[in-house]
Amino acid sequence: MKPGGIALLEVEDLCLSVTAGGKSCDAVADLSFAIERGQIFGLVGESGCGKSITALALMGLLRRPLAWRSGKIRFKGQEIQALGPEAMRHLRGKHISMVFQEPMTALNPLATVGRQIAEMFVLHEGMGWHEAEKAAVRALAKVRVAAPDQRVKDYPHQLSGGMRQRVVIAIALACKPELLLADEPTTALDVTVQAEILELIHDLCAAQGTAVLLISHDLGVIAQSCERVAVMYAGRIVEEAGAQEVFQRPRHHYTRGLISSLPLLGARAINAANGRTKLQEIRGMVPAVTDFPAGCSFHPRCGMATQACIDRAPGLTRLEGGASVRCHHHA
Amino acid sequence: MHDLLEVRDLAVHFPLPGRKGSVHAVDGVDLTLRRGECLGLVGESGCGKSTLALALLGLQPPTGGRVLFEGRDVGAMSRLERAGLVQMVFQDPFASLNPRQTVHDTLATPLRLHGIRGKAEVAARVEEVLRQVGLSPDQSRRLPHEFSGGQRQRVGIARALVLRPQVLVLDEPVSALDVSIRAQIINLLIDLQQSLGLAYIMISHDLGVVEHISDRVAVMYLGRIVETGQWQQIFAQPVHPYTKALIGAIPDPLKRRAAVKLSGEIPSAIHPPSGCRFHPRCPELRDACQSEPGPALHAIRPLHFVRCRRATELMAGADSCPAAADAAGPVQETIELDPP
Amino acid sequence: MRLTRANLVLGAFLIGAVVIGGVLAPWLAHTDPVMDANLMNAETAPGREFWFGTDGQGRDVYSRVLYGARTSLTVGIVSQLINSVIGVTLGVSSGYWGGWWDDWVSGLTNMMLAIPSLIFALAIMAILSPGITSLLIALGLTNWSYSCRISRAATLSLKGQGFVQAAKMLGYGDVRIMLTQILPNILGPIIVIGTLGMGGAVLAEAALSFLGLGIRPPAPSWGSMLSNAREQITTAPWVAIFPGLAIFFTVLGLNLLGDGLRDLLDPQSKARV
Repeated sequence: MKPGGIALLEVEDLCLSVTAGGKSCDAVADLSFAIERGQIFGLVGESGCGKSITALALMGLLRRPLAWRSGKIRFKGQEIQALGPEAMRHLRGKHISMVFQEPMTALNPLATVGRQIAEMFVLHEGMGWHEAEKAAVRALAKVRVAAPDQRVKDYPHQLSGGMRQRVVIAIALACKPELLLADEPTTALDVTVQAEILELIHDLCAAQGTAVLLISHDLGVIAQSCERVAVMYAGRIVEEAGAQEVFQRPRHHYTRGLISSLPLLGARAINAANGRTKLQEIRGMVPAVTDFPAGCSFHPRCGMATQACIDRAPGLTRLEGGASVRCHHHA
Repeated sequence: MHDLLEVRDLAVHFPLPGRKGSVHAVDGVDLTLRRGECLGLVGESGCGKSTLALALLGLQPPTGGRVLFEGRDVGAMSRLERAGLVQMVFQDPFASLNPRQTVHDTLATPLRLHGIRGKAEVAARVEEVLRQVGLSPDQSRRLPHEFSGGQRQRVGIARALVLRPQVLVLDEPVSALDVSIRAQIINLLIDLQQSLGLAYIMISHDLGVVEHISDRVAVMYLGRIVETGQWQQIFAQPVHPYTKALIGAIPDPLKRRAAVKLSGEIPSAIHPPSGCRFHPRCPELRDACQSEPGPALHAIRPLHFVRCRRATELMAGADSCPAAADAAGPVQETIELDPP
Repeated sequence: MRLTRANLVLGAFLIGAVVIGGVLAPWLAHTDPVMDANLMNAETAPGREFWFGTDGQGRDVYSRVLYGARTSLTVGIVSQLINSVIGVTLGVSSGYWGGWWDDWVSGLTNMMLAIPSLIFALAIMAILSPGITSLLIALGLTNWSYSCRISRAATLSLKGQGFVQAAKMLGYGDVRIMLTQILPNILGPIIVIGTLGMGGAVLAEAALSFLGLGIRPPAPSWGSMLSNAREQITTAPWVAIFPGLAIFFTVLGLNLLGDGLRDLLDPQSKARV
């Protein structure tokens, strides 16, 4: 955190609950992080870790059975966790925007892509439709779509997955929001298209000064694009540091386990030399939201767990260089 | 001596209803698979790898060419006969199990269909195969929704093994699983291959997984194999520009390698480009590449085949692929479409 | 979950009442529904002796409603069973096999959907002699197109799923796949259509009997009771109200039961958080 400046987004001790069958449990707890203006921040974790729910909370899109329980979300210094729907609607699209995983379901199949982009200008900037459609062509060109004046007349099903995702990005960035939430933006895309889309997000946001919260389960995607990374497990942030640091010198055993279990290109040649052909496993399963273990939620799967880990949930330990880790026995 | 599985000039074309022409999903594929070998099949969407898998399993009748199992045509066999030779592990552990059938039933019914009727015998085999995949037999009376994704995938693997097949086709076996349990399943697959002497065809878009488990690798693009060879050759010294682009596009969390960007989109399989099908996107394009007929697969090294007119040229000039070498800086090749 | 329970309880209660009324009619009724017709008691208002009053012929409406339940339930259940069997067989097989069989069945279904079902039933009743068997055949042959469409659509969506392909690969024959893999997984929509259909069949029987083509009087049937009550609607409205209410509660109960059963039968809804 830059001292003396107000971060663009500050999340403080956020707690979100999910209600099932009459019982309520914490899907996200003690969540605190901050994103600076223009920064690309990565949130990495697996299914059920709470990363997508966090994004929904930031956009004010939580619906039953999800609910905000406690904690603060501050956007440009203003608290937004308890804002009414009208006020949130004003923020969404203009100041905070979102890109989802599946572009096909994010786009209206019955409207041309040009109209869907133009809608943003009409709604948020008060343009007339004619002017907005011209702005839509420019927006498509910015997301590097060839022949944008012809593509504006296409319907979503006529475009490939990569093109659709570009359209979604164009819609999200049309009104130059200060914060872009990207939830698994490339997971549904082919690998060669993925690299292009990530670079597009990076370049456009750098040019417009938009900060990005990039959410993914893919460590490679996060490492390629983000400056700062927070690792989530079972609803909590277990480690946070600069991107290089998290991946080169991970401190939490979940992060360490995750990185060593990945089959990375080039790893087999090295491993074979060391006489190993099997990957390093993390035992056990990812816990379901209703079944988070007591104490440190990673302890059933951790090779370093001790009685302390079962008894007490670890607090956040701040380390030098702005890093933090939530572990009794961090590296 | 026949290869265990041989595919000769396989073609699968889907006719377009109401229009002329057809979708060339698979267009002239030759493959071989030896006992105990693992062949990795990589490619992006639209390359035909899933259609190829279905054709290998006899679930998709080919439009041309043949699939031979130890010299016998797979298409001419009955369903029961094929079932004892080749089986499949599916990608989605949630959709690949009948939600209303207990695990025990899912495993026991195929045994009964194949003539193993004694209750004790069936129970013994079910127990055996569940232990092989790391599940406890006393959970077998449960329904699929009571298991986690990883456990369900283990059940899927058990189901594929229960009839003692010789070949297993694995279609993205870990893509739908949580990242922290993928290693468990990959290790299980490696163990099973070694202990049961199985041959695998592993289809995946995750090159890391393919590199880790395969002996040989084939790269597909728009219905054809563009490069095939041993895993070391393909990953350390790829020759075809598409293979290089594919490997270069993988983001690696430990090295901030610059991605090799590939321009354009995957063309339609209804009207594939003339000559070499990759030519519209190829950074090494020359005039001759557009002319018919397209290049054929030819060997540039023992066991290493490439479908490219410039293969020998490119191999001579190419350095090690950045994927394997930690040493020198990233190789950067960038082609960008000019904005209008 | 609470809504499901409410549906089940209410639906079961209503249908239970109708079933008990019909089954135990000989013991619960006060009079013989056909023979005990005393013109002296005609058009008596509901009171202590005649709980639902009497009709134009002096017959006890209460007893006739009870016996009428037998007719309506039989017609509803049996004709819908015939519908479902025909519809599901045609729908699942055409969805699974596709090809010319699918074209043929779809053509037939389209034709059936284009013909107003009541007119079709009327036509069949005109050919066969009136009576309960003919009614069952007529209604059974008319409405199968809904369950056919639904089961075909459900089959198509399941066909591509991994477990169906896995069953093929494991050597399951086509019929076994349709019976063990597909059918159990499409029960939900089929049951809903079935119970809605039962309600429709009860209404259709009432309509046909009202028109004089279904159950012929003096046999008690809610539809023919309504028909006969046309003239007395201003002077003795109870003659129409009670059979009408009986139809209403029966159909309502069937619909609620269907909704509740469908939710209960879906194994995945229990597992959802």
